[in-house]
Amino acid sequence: MQRRRFLIYGVAGIGAIAATLGIGWWQVDGPGADAQVGKRPLPLSEMSFRLTDHEGKPVGPQTLLGRASLIFFGFTYCPEVCPTTLSDISVWLDWLGEDATDLNVVLITVDPERDTVEALAEYVGYFHPAIRGWTGTTLQVDQATRDFRVRYEKMPMEGGGYTMNHTSGVFLFDADGRHVSIIDYHEPREFALPKIRRAMDEETKGAT
Amino acid sequence: MRISAGATLALALLTAAPPAFAGGEDVVVEDAWSRASIGTSRPGAAYMTLRNTGDEPVVVTGLSTDLAMMPMIHATATDEQGVSRMTHMEELEIPAGEVVALAPGGLHLMLMDLQRPMVEGESFSLTVDFSDGESISVEVPIRGMAARGPAD
Repeated sequence: MQRRRFLIYGVAGIGAIAATLGIGWWQVDGPGADAQVGKRPLPLSEMSFRLTDHEGKPVGPQTLLGRASLIFFGFTYCPEVCPTTLSDISVWLDWLGEDATDLNVVLITVDPERDTVEALAEYVGYFHPAIRGWTGTTLQVDQATRDFRVRYEKMPMEGGGYTMNHTSGVFLFDADGRHVSIIDYHEPREFALPKIRRAMDEETKGAT
Repeated sequence: MRISAGATLALALLTAAPPAFAGGEDVVVEDAWSRASIGTSRPGAAYMTLRNTGDEPVVVTGLSTDLAMMPMIHATATDEQGVSRMTHMEELEIPAGEVVALAPGGLHLMLMDLQRPMVEGESFSLTVDFSDGESISVEVPIRGMAARGPAD
């Protein structure tokens, strides 16, 4: 009896290990592979995504070269993180004054299902005029998130609908497309401006 | 003398005091504000400060408003990989003598299933229920969509 129980546990144990390894494979190498963890975005020059901006124009990484860029991922059905980030960015841009015109500022949606060109156009219109909204097909957005090493997942909500969990930092690139730094969501706001200035200074260095 | 929540609210309204209403035993709500919405399909967000002036912890157990069918308290958590997600808080404890701030980037009220658009310059009434059976009503002003605080 004792031995038999041991055997049962043994089989169950092997099953559990096999299942764990299976899940492990799925997460590490399989379809659930998450190559983005802990990685920095690619340089813009090595990215390959193609998207559409909120005016319906085709855009891609090349659109961003030549000026420093501030890129972040979000979605317009986001009640908290995205409006907060957008209003923070609007303030930084106000602080920059006329220099803000030397920056690309782009919100890339992680929710292309709901964030059509029209929905994005209306949404970004409520924030600083320099802010652009980019969307595309699900496959196109997936490519952009891979290029930027951004993680996102769709989460069903109680009471229907869904929300998106997503990387919430703001990526800074210099004019040559090199990734310079990230402004984290919870970072004190006064740290942001020096980082943006630094990304813009890299631009001058690159130009001379 | 302890004034009832209703009497306090009436008094506050009569004297046109700033939006600070005592009640729910000893809780004072300050600096309530929210952001305007685009239409009704997206959830809204509201913020406020809850000050417990009493000697006992107070627990917020429920919210109601005619603006949204499902108002709830959410916490924004960002993991070590920079991914932000929101978690629903069934209850929110305010320790004795302490202040709990619902502010952008952290705790907030998520207003799901909006019944009408949140229009800048308007306000809505929100009732906060506490575990002791008390409840208080707060008038929450609606600021612009890019607002960052109660004064924007």
